[in-house]
Amino acid sequence: MVAVERHSETQPGAALLPALAIEGVSHSYGSRQALADVSLSIPPATFVVLLGLNGAGKSTLFSLITRLFGTQRGQIRIFGHDIARTPGAALRLLGVVFQLRTLDLDLSVMQNLIYHAALHGIGRRIALDRAKDLLARVELSDRAEDKIRKLSGGQMRRVEIARALLHRPRLLLLDEPTVGLDIRARADILSHVRSLVAEEGVSVLWATHLVDEVSDADTVAVLHHGRLLAYGPAQEVVTGVHAKDIGSAFARLTESKVSGPPERPA
Amino acid sequence: MNSTTLALAPQTGFSLAQYAICLNGIVWRETLRFLHQRERFIAALVRPLVWLFVFAAGFRQVLGFSIIPPYEVYVLYGEYVTPGLMAMIQLFNGMQSSLSMVYDREMGNMRTLLVSPLPRWYLLSAKLIAGTAVSLLQVYAFLAIAWLWEIEPPPIGYLTVLPALILSGLMLGALGMLLSSIIKQLENFAGVMNFVIFPMFFASSALYPLWRVKEASPVLYHICQLNPFTHAVELIRFALYGKLNEVSLAVVFGCTVLFMVGAIVAYDPSRGFVARRGGPGEAA
Repeated sequence: MVAVERHSETQPGAALLPALAIEGVSHSYGSRQALADVSLSIPPATFVVLLGLNGAGKSTLFSLITRLFGTQRGQIRIFGHDIARTPGAALRLLGVVFQLRTLDLDLSVMQNLIYHAALHGIGRRIALDRAKDLLARVELSDRAEDKIRKLSGGQMRRVEIARALLHRPRLLLLDEPTVGLDIRARADILSHVRSLVAEEGVSVLWATHLVDEVSDADTVAVLHHGRLLAYGPAQEVVTGVHAKDIGSAFARLTESKVSGPPERPA
Repeated sequence: MNSTTLALAPQTGFSLAQYAICLNGIVWRETLRFLHQRERFIAALVRPLVWLFVFAAGFRQVLGFSIIPPYEVYVLYGEYVTPGLMAMIQLFNGMQSSLSMVYDREMGNMRTLLVSPLPRWYLLSAKLIAGTAVSLLQVYAFLAIAWLWEIEPPPIGYLTVLPALILSGLMLGALGMLLSSIIKQLENFAGVMNFVIFPMFFASSALYPLWRVKEASPVLYHICQLNPFTHAVELIRFALYGKLNEVSLAVVFGCTVLFMVGAIVAYDPSRGFVARRGGPGEAA
């Protein structure tokens, strides 16, 4: 019953592998193409903002990385583990905060965390220890026994972040994590996730349509109509299109390419 | 290079203990959720009780049965219909837990489940087992109330019916899971009621013995015989009286395997139907 998967981690130099490597990924829903030949590579301990308007293909890309759908074309690897061939090893290193709220509202914060730990084969005792630490980090220690329903939107998001970190992933995906939050909660969550990158060396792919969530030190990927239009340090992306800041760079990139959805590859 | 990046969990595969923790966690959550949702518990009980108290009471005078296996004495209609209502509880539960998982707010929970690194077939099986466990709670609560209503099967029957209920619960849960993944039209529960629950329930031996149906319509009789729900009902009916209906056991077991394999294939990301139709809840 023990599923054995070959690991490349044991090879020397495994730490130099990109946290996330997406190579030539395309995806269609029937005749509608959602992603066209997207490639990008996220180094370890990097904060990458995936910038795109609604419908740009961000959610599709996340569905592929989290293996809700199989990749139709191209490859996705997490620290060298092919998501299609060794999904167990790949998913183990991945933590996800979905756009949808995915907590059980009628269960307590702690119960939600213990359930998540169980999904990763982590027993209750270890889960309790880790959950206490993580809740302290997101400043929710005093809410551990409260039902999720009683929390504010920002607090729920922080619980989801704590949950995504329970199994100690090395790559964290967040899909529009600040939607519906007030300015203060947005700033809190953003700075918390940035500190994970700086202090714990976690890599982050942060999807958003809000340019003001980008800081100068970030790496930015601009996705538009299923195509990756720019990828690199924020400053390079800005100078690449001769813009004055990331906001106008994003506007320029997405304006000039509003030629409708990409054609299907032949 | 940060030292933590070197410390990638050097584990391969999962131990049996981890599989057990995962199953235990899924069943625990499902049970906890069910107990917290008091309305759902009450609804699950009221439905069969209405049938028993109202429908069966009215029908008692209309229907007369000759003694048919597994019964050894003449039984009142309420007693006849009880196994059918037990299966109905499981039918509703199976459809609800699987379909709501995909179409309601629970879609997020399905995604949380599927990003677990454990094999997907295992996660789906665990989910089915959890749903079945919840259906057992409902069925035994129903039996307890039915007992007060003088539906009193032999005491040993409460034990012998357990394996039958587990199997039928798995079959109906797997059917719900399979339907949830392949049929896009069943987006709301009303659709499921009309096209799955009602036909399965009425075209079965739940409410009337099949020999009666045969008298009325031979075609319907054959449809009822082909209906896996009929066999779930008969398996439960016999087991409740400490007896085994081999044919029903074979059919229910076969269908369970078939539906489970179907659901696992349907949820396989590369072969599955979830991707083909654009995925539930997929906005972009």
